[in-house]
Amino acid sequence: MISMALLSFGTLLMLVAAFGVVRMPDVYLRLSVASKASTLGLVFLVVAVPLSLNDLGTLSRVAAVVLFVFLTAPVAAHMIGRAAYVAGVPVWKETIHDDLKGKYHPDTRALASQTESHGSDQESSMHPPESSNASQGAG
Amino acid sequence: MTLQVFALYGILPLLMVAFLVGCVRMVLGPTLPDRVVVLELLASLTAGIICVYAIARGQAGFLDVAIVLALISFLGTIAFAFYVENHGRDNR
Repeated sequence: MISMALLSFGTLLMLVAAFGVVRMPDVYLRLSVASKASTLGLVFLVVAVPLSLNDLGTLSRVAAVVLFVFLTAPVAAHMIGRAAYVAGVPVWKETIHDDLKGKYHPDTRALASQTESHGSDQESSMHPPESSNASQGAG
Repeated sequence: MTLQVFALYGILPLLMVAFLVGCVRMVLGPTLPDRVVVLELLASLTAGIICVYAIARGQAGFLDVAIVLALISFLGTIAFAFYVENHGRDNR
């Protein structure tokens, strides 16, 4: 019975993610809906497996899946969102606040805090890969 | 209604509906990052479908497939993100 409830709730979250991906107007909103809802839905579906099979041996594998999904899904979502913003995908026209607006150089793709001279040491250590990316993109 | 019947005839069709609805955005998506987002969602959905099928068949060995699929989809997403970030301005 518990696993039936877990399966139902996980399927509901997956449906929310799928319909949200279709209905949302923007890449970033789609990314927000899809990453969070699908991560939680997958975790609910996976946790239902050892409860329904009455098999404690699968619990370690389930723990591995849950830990891996919780670690990698935010990283992947962040990288897609950053790549979309750098590549110039437009935001929704009714977006009222954009923190990065005007802070990315459109050609070199460097943050404004990294191009100015008063950046700290860790920002200056971030500078060489940014310039190498810019040279690749320009070529 | 046993759990196997519920998983096979109640849960799996709903997950297939979610899969087809996601494929709509995969076709419509105006830019490449849209399609990458949908690809990540579909990989997660497929891992969920595999877990439900493991329940329906009573075999826990399918969980290994879900682990490998999650790993591969993460690597593919990272590769697409690098590609979009370096060359995405040309074909958005």
